[in-house]
Amino acid sequence: MKGYEYHKPSTVKEAIDLMGSLENAKFIAGGTDVMVLIRQKKLSPAHLISLRNISDLSFMETANGFFIGGGVTHSEIVGNEFIQKHYSALSDAAGNIGSKQIRNVATLCGNICNAAPSADSACPLLVLDAKVLIAGPDKEREIALDDFFLGPNRTALEKGEMVKGFHMPPFNENTGSTYIKHTRRAAMDLPILGIAARVTIKIGGSQIGCKDAFCTIDTISNILKHLEGEDLVCEDVRIAMGVVSPKPIRAKKAEAALLGKVVSEKLFEEIAEIAASEAQPRDSIRGEAWYRRDMIKVLTKRALLKSIDRVIRPDDLIHPDRLW
Amino acid sequence: MKKEITFTLNKEKTIMEVDPQWTLLHLLREVLEMTGTKEGCGYGECGACTVIIDGEAVNSCLYPVMEVEGRSVMTIEGVALKDGSLDPIQQAFVDEGAVQCGFCIPGMIMSSKALLDKKDKPTEEEIKESIEGNLCRCTGYVKIVDAIKSVAGGR
Repeated sequence: MKGYEYHKPSTVKEAIDLMGSLENAKFIAGGTDVMVLIRQKKLSPAHLISLRNISDLSFMETANGFFIGGGVTHSEIVGNEFIQKHYSALSDAAGNIGSKQIRNVATLCGNICNAAPSADSACPLLVLDAKVLIAGPDKEREIALDDFFLGPNRTALEKGEMVKGFHMPPFNENTGSTYIKHTRRAAMDLPILGIAARVTIKIGGSQIGCKDAFCTIDTISNILKHLEGEDLVCEDVRIAMGVVSPKPIRAKKAEAALLGKVVSEKLFEEIAEIAASEAQPRDSIRGEAWYRRDMIKVLTKRALLKSIDRVIRPDDLIHPDRLW
Repeated sequence: MKKEITFTLNKEKTIMEVDPQWTLLHLLREVLEMTGTKEGCGYGECGACTVIIDGEAVNSCLYPVMEVEGRSVMTIEGVALKDGSLDPIQQAFVDEGAVQCGFCIPGMIMSSKALLDKKDKPTEEEIKESIEGNLCRCTGYVKIVDAIKSVAGGR
């Protein structure tokens, strides 16, 4: 086996300069994908440029929303209460990737830059309107995550560029988000299907003080029925689907059909039908196309309901699996 | 081309000449001949190679040896006390009969130790989460979870 040189830059600039000056070089962050590919001989770089020791990449901060550095690991995301509360969908996803050992080293940036159609963190970041901050040899730029994915394992990163981090805007307090990963096993599995949703609702009509009114163990379906007269209007919505097309996509028609409407379980069923019609799933070893399409209908509705549940009963975050 | 790295291995300062393309697992097993850490799949799926680096359980088969520089590594060889007496978690595995063929056990011990070092009284959910990356093909996990629970309750 031909070997590789291992480089450990300590700044973003050093890393980019190295990438520019070396032939056949590859960035490595947590290495949970790169090391496997090398072992499988699917990748044989002459140089590995490690991003693990760059302090500029490994921080998170509350800054007009939230910024997550490229080198932040999934374990760090799961352990962050602010993300759990305000960007719940991302927390859902980060906690379900691989195993504890994988999450302790694998980075968010690695999961996104790999651009697998099944990347778990892609759907949550899509519904959370994340922007990707990209550093290159000459300049920095920021693009929407939706424009970042081009196809399986292909991204908008140009030669010599790297991802510095992700920025998510702030959302108002009546916002809830969810990611549902559909798998055969509870751990160490890739999704058959991944669905993320974010809903902002406007509580119209009388002020029902609905935040605390429903600390019951009633199902969200029943609660929505009770609230029928209250005109819970959907002010903003995002739905994203993974593993249903060559890249993670948003169900834009479904989003448009829900925007501005009074939410109800029946409406969600219609929305889920539209979302399923926007997907182009295919047969694979993990699931067949017809099954995936059927499950989009089930899970889209469930993700929307769960997001609204999280708005109405924020304590759901304390007992996340009480009803789901 | 060999490079020199300095790190802490089982609480002892260690200086080694390594090849940059080794994994930590290769250094441990093939060079240092510390074969307690097992190689199962080599792809980060089975957890038999789990070691603790700076308090976190990681798969040593995916860990580039160059990244160990300056960090603190604990392997199964460093869990028992110097006089040979077992760590409570090891004793619990013996007492509960959690070991059958034994191949996954060093990894299981390291994963659960990483959890117990952080949390005195983890919930059953947290225990299962801590060993979700460790495959055992003999036991069905029940006795392993029982063993970890017995330590968690006893502390």
